[in-house]
Formats: sequence, structure tokens, C-alpha cells
Amino acid sequence: MTTDALAAAASGQSIDLPTPAFDEYRPPSAALVGDCVHCGFCLPSCPTYVLWGEEMDSPRGRIDLMKQGLEGDPLTDSMVGHFDACLGCMACVTACPSGVQYDRLIETTRAQVERRHQRTRRDKALRGAIFALFPYPRRLRALRGPLRGWQRIGGDRLLRRTGLLERIAPSLAAMERLAPRLGKAERLPERTAAIGTRRATVGMLTGCVQREFFPAVNAATVRVLAAEGCDVVVPAKQGCCGALSVHNGREPEALRFARALIDSFENAGVEWVVVNAAGCGSTMKEYAELLRDDPAYAVRAVAFATKVRDVSEILVELGPVATRHPLPITAAYHDACHLAHAQGVRAQPRALLNGIPGLQLREIADPAICCGSAGIYNVLFPEPARELGDRKAANVLATGAELLVTANPGCLMQVAASVERAGETIALAHTVEVLDASIQGRPVASLTGGGTSS
Amino acid sequence: MSSTHGTTKTAGAVVGPSAPERSGPTGDSPQVRAVRRRVQELLPAKTVITDHARLRTYECDGLAHYRVTPALAVLADSVDDVATTVRICAEERVPFVARGSGTGLSGGALPRADGVLIVMSRMRAIREVSAEDQRAVVEPGVINLDVTKAAAAHGYYYAPDPSSQQICSIGGNVAENSGGAHCLKYGFTSNHVTGAEFVAPDGSVVELGGRALDAPGYDLLGTVIGSEGTLGIATAVTVRLTRTPEHVVTVLAGFPSTDDAGAATSAIIGAGIVPAAIEMMDALAIEAAEAAVHCNYPEGAGAVLVVELDGPEVEVRQEFDQVERLCRDNGAFAFRVANDDVERALIWRGRKSAFAAVGRISPDYIVQDGVIPRTSLPKVLRAIAELSASSAVRVANVFHAGDGNLHPLVLFDDSEEGQGEAAEEISGKILDLCIEAGGSITGEHGVGMDKSAYMPRMFSDADLDTMQMVRCAFDPNNISNPGKIFPTPRLCGEVPGRHKGEHPLAKSGIAEIF
Repeated sequence: MTTDALAAAASGQSIDLPTPAFDEYRPPSAALVGDCVHCGFCLPSCPTYVLWGEEMDSPRGRIDLMKQGLEGDPLTDSMVGHFDACLGCMACVTACPSGVQYDRLIETTRAQVERRHQRTRRDKALRGAIFALFPYPRRLRALRGPLRGWQRIGGDRLLRRTGLLERIAPSLAAMERLAPRLGKAERLPERTAAIGTRRATVGMLTGCVQREFFPAVNAATVRVLAAEGCDVVVPAKQGCCGALSVHNGREPEALRFARALIDSFENAGVEWVVVNAAGCGSTMKEYAELLRDDPAYAVRAVAFATKVRDVSEILVELGPVATRHPLPITAAYHDACHLAHAQGVRAQPRALLNGIPGLQLREIADPAICCGSAGIYNVLFPEPARELGDRKAANVLATGAELLVTANPGCLMQVAASVERAGETIALAHTVEVLDASIQGRPVASLTGGGTSS
Repeated sequence: MSSTHGTTKTAGAVVGPSAPERSGPTGDSPQVRAVRRRVQELLPAKTVITDHARLRTYECDGLAHYRVTPALAVLADSVDDVATTVRICAEERVPFVARGSGTGLSGGALPRADGVLIVMSRMRAIREVSAEDQRAVVEPGVINLDVTKAAAAHGYYYAPDPSSQQICSIGGNVAENSGGAHCLKYGFTSNHVTGAEFVAPDGSVVELGGRALDAPGYDLLGTVIGSEGTLGIATAVTVRLTRTPEHVVTVLAGFPSTDDAGAATSAIIGAGIVPAAIEMMDALAIEAAEAAVHCNYPEGAGAVLVVELDGPEVEVRQEFDQVERLCRDNGAFAFRVANDDVERALIWRGRKSAFAAVGRISPDYIVQDGVIPRTSLPKVLRAIAELSASSAVRVANVFHAGDGNLHPLVLFDDSEEGQGEAAEEISGKILDLCIEAGGSITGEHGVGMDKSAYMPRMFSDADLDTMQMVRCAFDPNNISNPGKIFPTPRLCGEVPGRHKGEHPLAKSGIAEIF
């Protein structure tokens, strides 16, 4: 408090002190903020620092901003802008030698921002629209028909060429451009029996975008798990895991989704809950933290979270039994941020791919830098997302690989769009689709034939 | 409490009358307002930062205990941006401070509340890589490691490799004359920079040195390198590229104690071998590195040595045999050889992350930097251990053993009453040990804000006055990073020696003490 303010307070006058950035309910932890020694090792791993070279758009700078907030500074538009600009890729968490838990810090900060900051009407409307759509598979499905018709008549290409959408609403244009070619949906049975001796009973998350836009990935996951000796249970009544909501500070919504998902799997009698989308898996592994204050769910959340495995983790843990047939192809593996940085899963997908005879794995330069997809980031911030996508596409193409493999639907769409913008093509597949092709003995063409980006 | 590398004691007592928070015009002085208005007129809006929250993210570098919010920041995109800003600062007599990646450990890029922070991190183009000439021309914001990445395809690399090489910038390296693990064999930044485009403190742009080695005339480039931003700002740097060695062998040797590892170091160098690097870590530093990066160093080691040999394969093989024998003769119980780049990277990762990794085993710590003659290693280390034991302040040791550059890490918990002061005292005593042993108060982190008070312990008044005269020749108005390196401010043209009361020039309003 300034001297003037103190004097005003003493004389009983009303004074206007700025509202502090954070309130008492789960502010970013001062102790975690204090862990940062300001060494700067996070800077080169941060996509926004790579793009802009500015301290306030780096993890270290954002932690400084949180510190300011904890010291009572108000939550200004500029502060919120720098928090919003964070992709949440968590590459800084990997890079930090001091073990700063930036993931926890930005999550709690974002929840405060959503509760306390007044967004512009336009921003609010866009975020509202996104969250009224993406976490709801049924609504996404309703959108499929119109999108499919749209793509068939070539309308999307025409629109892209005119750039009309870009002018009206860059964000809608971004969504439209990322919409993948739609194939025929495959229905998954609620229970698929293990082939040969049963080694485990696993539940599978079908996801939202994965289920509606990449159903082939879910089908491949079931086949591969069954081939490796798993009974696969796919609870029919399962919704969104809440990852998008968590990553964007929509805490009450995230908690609702998390509780519902725990309910869906709790009585399914599964030893593991397997996930094939990086962003979902990382959030589900954090349920214990998310629900720690909920007396009805805290204990159940711990039990659930310990069962969660990325599909590549469980496959490596179990070890291969199904025969791998040769797939003579060069493949570049792209680390999804929420798999590599958030879950520390890097070796497993590579081990699985290296286990396929004939497959030659190539590494992509600057693997730690996000492709710009980052959940809904490319919808909210199309420009930096596009720049990051272009950088990633250049590095991917430089490998000369025929196939790009990754484990997240967002990354697949983002890299596909970027490769297309570069005027190139590359076949795309999820790790389990490649494994599936090898186990089923399908030819290389089954991966390279239909899955290109244009 | 933020864990950091300094304590209140140094922040307050050391800086003296030149403490930026307390002297000179404030952020709202007419001069500063004039600078703000003029740069906003001439530079693009996004280049000039005036928003308080944004400015506060620039209030410190890698030495987080000193924090000063600059009056404004200019995120330079070109030499013109820098020259324009500096010229305006010179005309308005407002101090400026250049900042690269903000990883410095002596507060060299600490802003001035009454001045402009010129941020160089956006000037990061590699303008030219000319492998056949063994030269590259890079902008100052280019990351050290990125020079090597750009040269690697041609079979070359940039030799100076400070531990922060993945993020520290070339401009900062020039300011601090940075070394690194491999400077034992390859030398410091000054041995690898042949020329610089340079903005002098009056805003003029000059060329220092060139592509050829040893330009005729006064070695102004040599003067500028290591001057910690007090003589001006480099806006492009011509660096020398070094041929990637034909063969590299990295070994990790575990010893029962630092005495044994120190003896092995002396034995290796005494045998006429010049390894690319010899690095030592003691038990506490190993514990921190293990916690941070799981580098899997030999269990139970009281000290490890990382020895890297490079050069023609035949030579390296022969030296390797000698190094192994000398290590074992001096008590090495584990001797591990990196077989490939992955294993080599793991060995180095433990060493290079050690500073920041100490954050895992202690809430707060001071990174000290001092130099001693290599032969004094065992004696000085024992003295440090005694200081530590008698004061119950833990000290972890990481250092470039080959050239006697110590980095003691003094651990403390600032939330415990008196611990910060105790740590500060030990940290200062370690520097005294270095001076007594005939060494120096800094090997590579620079003097900056942190160690200016120690300069008189190492140099006489006449020494310091001579340095000040060089500074005055470049910066007569004392606006280029003032308050750093030197313990007391001095007006150019002032007669050295003690003065009483206010300086006559300052009193008459002709000059100001910044």
C-alpha cells in the first residue's frame, strides 16, 4: 500500500486499490513459483519464445507474471494475454533442471483467469462455441454429415482459395482447414476377446475427436490390444475426459467430465484404462490432483489415475506376442507434447516401431518443440500455430520419410495442414495403425495409400 | 521464497551509492520521459515495452536476487534500433543496459530504474557461415549452441561452451568473455571472436577487428570483449569456427575423495596431456545432478572427474591409455567410457545441469565463481570443507578442474533466520581463499553487480583507476551499463583518490553521478 493509500485509509476515505490477480481458491502455489531459479534453460524449449524471443512469452517470464500476481498486482489484459499465449506443451517441464512444476502453475493460473478475468465478447463467444462442441462426441457427429458433403463437392478447397473465411473469422477458418477427410465410421463392440491366452483386461477410452474424426485409430487400437492378448472393454456410456477443459482453465466443467469418466470405467472390471490420445492420457493421469478436494471422488480418482496407460506404454509393458510382418517403409516419429513432455513417454512408441521388420525410423530435428496444435490453440491463435506448424512441417519433410507417425489426433491434423501448405504430401498414421498393419500383414500401401493430407 | 544466487546482504551493502534504485533520475524523470517519447516516435510500437507487468519480467537476469524494473525496454530487431536508442539515450543522458538471454550469474544485465533496457534476444539471425574461412557472422541474440548447429554440417563447431550454451547468447558471451568446460584446451570467447559491429555509447556504429586475426592498431576488440556491457553493445559478431575433432573420447572416473580427483587432474596435466576438458564434481553436486537428470554417476563416489580427449584418433587413443592409468594410480575405483554420443551426452548432462540442479537439494543457493592455481586445488578444497564444517553451511563443488576455475555452490534456506547471512559470509570467505591462493574473484561469470565490492580486494586503486580511464574513453558520460564492475562511481576527468562531500561538478549541476 502506498503512503497516500494508507493516509486515505486512516482518514476513512474509500480508496481504489487494484484487485489482486488471484483469489484464495487454488492460486498458483507460491512455493512452486519460488522453485524457479531464473536460469533460463526453459527458453529454447518454449514455442512462443522460439517465435518471438520475448521474456514475457517464455515460461520464466510467465512465472514472473504469476509472482507479480501473488504479490498483489492486478490481472491485467497484457498479463492474461501472455498466459493465454502459452501452448501448454510442457516442453519447459522437461527442460527445467530445477524441477519447476510449470504444468501445475499454468493450470491453476488458467483456472483463476477463467474465473476472474473479463474476456472480450468475441473471445468469450469463440471459447463458448468451442466448448459447446469439442467435448461432445454426439455434437461432433452431427457436424460430420455437413462437413462430409462439403468436402465431397470440393467446397472447402474453393473456400480456402478465396480466403473468404480467413477474412470473416480467422478462427473458424482454422477449424475448417483442420477438419480431416472423413472415412466411414466403424462401430466398436463393447467387449472384444483376447486372441490366444488372455494376459490382461483393459478398458479403452474412445475420446471425442478421436472417435468422431479418426475412428480407424480406435478400431486399430482394439485389434492390436486383442492380438497382444488383451480383453478389450469399451464402455458405451463414456464421454469426454475433460482434457481440453483442464488445459483451458474451465475447472468446474473439467471436474464434471472427470467424475463421469471415473463412473463409466469403475465397474467395467478392467486392470488398465488404455488411451490412444496423448492429451487425454496426460489429464487422466492427473485426476488424483484434479479431484483431490472432492470427498466423494478423491480416493476413487487416485485408483483410476494409477490404472491409466498410454497404449504404447501398455504394449511395451506386456511385451509383444503377436507376429510382426514386414513393413518396408521409412517413418518419422513425431513426439506429441502431452505424451513426451507431460507423460514422459518417448522410448515406448519408438521401441514398438523399431520392432516392426523393415520399418526404418527417422528422427525429426528439434523434436521438443510443439507443432502448434496444442488442443484448441490453433483455433484460438491461428497465426502462431501456423508458424509453428510450418517449422514442424519443414523438419518433418527434411527427414525424407514416407510416413509420419504420431499419437495424437491434434498433431496429425496440424502437421497434415502444414505439410499441405508447404505444397508437399506425406502419409500420416497413428502408432497403433502402423502396428496394426504389421500384425495384420497388410501392405505398406494400406498406410500410404489413403492417408495423405490432400 | 525464490531460490536464487545472492542474498539481501550483497544486494544492499555491496552496491553502495550507485544502487540504481536509490540514485539518479527515477523512471519518471523528464530525461526518461523524453527518451520514451522519442524512441516511440522512431521505432515500431511492438519494439518499445512500457507496460509495467511486461517490464517486470525483465527485472533480473540469471541472478534473481537483484531485481530492478527498467524504465522502459527496447526489443531491438536491428542495428538501427540499437543505434537509434543509444543515440537518444546519449543525447538525453539516460543510462542503458544491454541484455541477451538473461542467463548471467553476476547481475551484469540488471536494469536501471532510471534507464533503458536494450534487449538483444530478437536479433538472432546467423548472417553467414563460411566454413572454408572458418568464420561465421552472427547477431548477438543467437544462442551459443545454434552457432555449432549451423556449422556442424560443414564439419565445424563453435568452441566456447559455457554450461548454459543451450540458451546463453553470443552477445552475452562477448560481454562476459565466457569460457566453458572446453576452454582448458581451446580458450575463452576472446580466442574465438575476430570482429564485431559495435554501437558505441554515443550511438555511432563502428567495426572492431575484422575477419582476419590480429587487426593492426590498438586491440579495441580485445578491450570490448569481457567489458560486461560497459563500453557499448555488439550488434554482430564474427566468430572463428573450429574443425570438429576427428575423434572424441569422454570418460567418467569415480574417486573416493576430491583430494584424489585433484591429484589425478594434476597428474594428467603434468604428463603433458591437454584434455579438451577436465571437470570435477563433489559428492553433494553429484547428489543434485542425480536428482535432476538421473545421470547415473558411480555410486559412493566422493568426487567424479569428467575427462574429454579430442583430436586425431591415434593421439587420443594413446592419451586415453595414460589418462586411465593416471586415474587408477590416483585412486579411481570406477572408470567409464562413453561409447557413443548418447552416452557422452548423459555424462555431460550431469555436469552441465549441476547449477540449476542444486535447486533440487536446497531451497536457496549461491553460485560462487573463483579461480585458483590448479596445484592449490587440494589445499583450497580442504579449506572450503573446513569453512563448511565449522559453519554448518553446506557447500557443493562443481568446477573446471583443469584450469582451477571453482564453482562452489553455497546452500541455504532463506526462510530460516540467519542462514542467508551465514551463506553469504562463507561465499565471501571462499573468494578470500581464492585471492590468498593467488587466484581471482571470477573465472567466467563476471563481476557485474554481484562482485564489484570485491574488486578492491584484488586490485589497487591505481589498477582500478586505469580501468576507469579506458571506460571514460569509450563512455565519457557513464551511461553504458553504469554501476557494474566498479565499486565506486567516478566521473570522467576526475582526479583519482578520496574526495570529501559532493563533487564540485555535480554540485554546480554540470555533471551527475549515476
